[in-house]
Amino acid sequence: MEINTLRNREFIVAILKKIQEKIKKINYSPKIMEVCGTHTMTIHKFGLRRLLKDSGVEMLSGPGCPVCVTPNEIIEAAIDLLSNHENLILATFGDMTRVPTRKGSLMTSTPAKGSFKKIIYSPEECLLLAKENENKEVVFFGVGFETTIPSIAFTVKKAYEEKISNFSLLSALWLIPPPLKSIVESKDINIHGFLYPGHVSTIIGKIPYEFIAKDYKIPGTITGFEPGDILLGINDILDQILEDKPSVTIQYKRVVKEEGNPKARSLMYEVFEEKDANWRGLGLIPKSGLKLKEKFSQFDAEKKFGFKIKAQSKDLKGCRCGDVLKGLISPLECPLFRKACYPESPKGPCMVSFEGACLAYYKYGY
Amino acid sequence: MCLGIPAKVIEIRKDNTGKVDYLGTKIKVNFSLIEDVKIGDYVILHAGFAISKLDEKEAQETLSLLKEFIDK
Repeated sequence: MEINTLRNREFIVAILKKIQEKIKKINYSPKIMEVCGTHTMTIHKFGLRRLLKDSGVEMLSGPGCPVCVTPNEIIEAAIDLLSNHENLILATFGDMTRVPTRKGSLMTSTPAKGSFKKIIYSPEECLLLAKENENKEVVFFGVGFETTIPSIAFTVKKAYEEKISNFSLLSALWLIPPPLKSIVESKDINIHGFLYPGHVSTIIGKIPYEFIAKDYKIPGTITGFEPGDILLGINDILDQILEDKPSVTIQYKRVVKEEGNPKARSLMYEVFEEKDANWRGLGLIPKSGLKLKEKFSQFDAEKKFGFKIKAQSKDLKGCRCGDVLKGLISPLECPLFRKACYPESPKGPCMVSFEGACLAYYKYGY
Repeated sequence: MCLGIPAKVIEIRKDNTGKVDYLGTKIKVNFSLIEDVKIGDYVILHAGFAISKLDEKEAQETLSLLKEFIDK
């Protein structure tokens, strides 16, 4: 498939025209939340937020940035591990090392003797690290949504099968449907449609979103990452509004199947089970996170190193990432944005992560 | 960060790992999370794993849909 076609100006103009015609019939400006952080990036990179606003559609960024929703207490626990334990390798994804907390960031922290942090691309790399460093403990600070969780489950299961004893997991694993329920139940905000995340949905399929259409009558579509995908998705949501038939459609059919990826899902639930979890901004959400099952508890870093993470969510003073993640404010309404918070000296994760709304606004304009 | 551009499978080993061509760069990939992958398939990558196969028929459908917008 020619990706350029989905970026073709002629197509974009034609779909926008259709969108404008539909908005006239709807007679109000619908608020549509793009749940996924990579959608936020596409929307800004290609100037769609402005084009859509001028066409009568208001886009709101959602909670779909795993680095952003991870509360400071987990990052501080990672910093403590690295600073207090000798001969420990703390492996994690790049963005995670730059998130500022009251204890600094993983980047600025001073590792204990013989310890260091390691930025990795695939969770599986941790097992190689563990084998190459038998005298050190490798802790994987694993952060992610359903897209990433199966690869982490694969890694834990492999560690179990290969009896790798110097590997453990500090997990910040998040499920996407539960916070959407919190958002639609919140009285602070009225959302008329959801662009559901493309790659989370390759794993979970469309069924987990159906309660939003059935119980809350809000339209939605699973969409891809090209500008044409985003606009086709919005066009689909507008059709659902016009026909008064809220449902969950799949615009990104070339990649997402209705049933998702059962193989990846069964691996995920072989290794992990659901738990109540504390999200940045959104607070405690029932069954919205994952923890290792008893069979794999030997790989739980909290148990191995004898600490317990308590929900406290103390953000840096003035940082309003939490409200940005709920769609309550745009980054422009945060008093720190472009005044005290920059990509080089971020005050919160939304300015750090490549999926963060504040970075998207900063980098590409608005 | 989600990579929206598919990668072409160029090598599959017995242990379910292999290589893909992603925009001209050859990358090591684990195929354990997907079924029936073949050389020449296009896959979506995430954190070193292929998480989905591209359905070329559906890709063509999306293109036809786009063309309809222009023709209207």
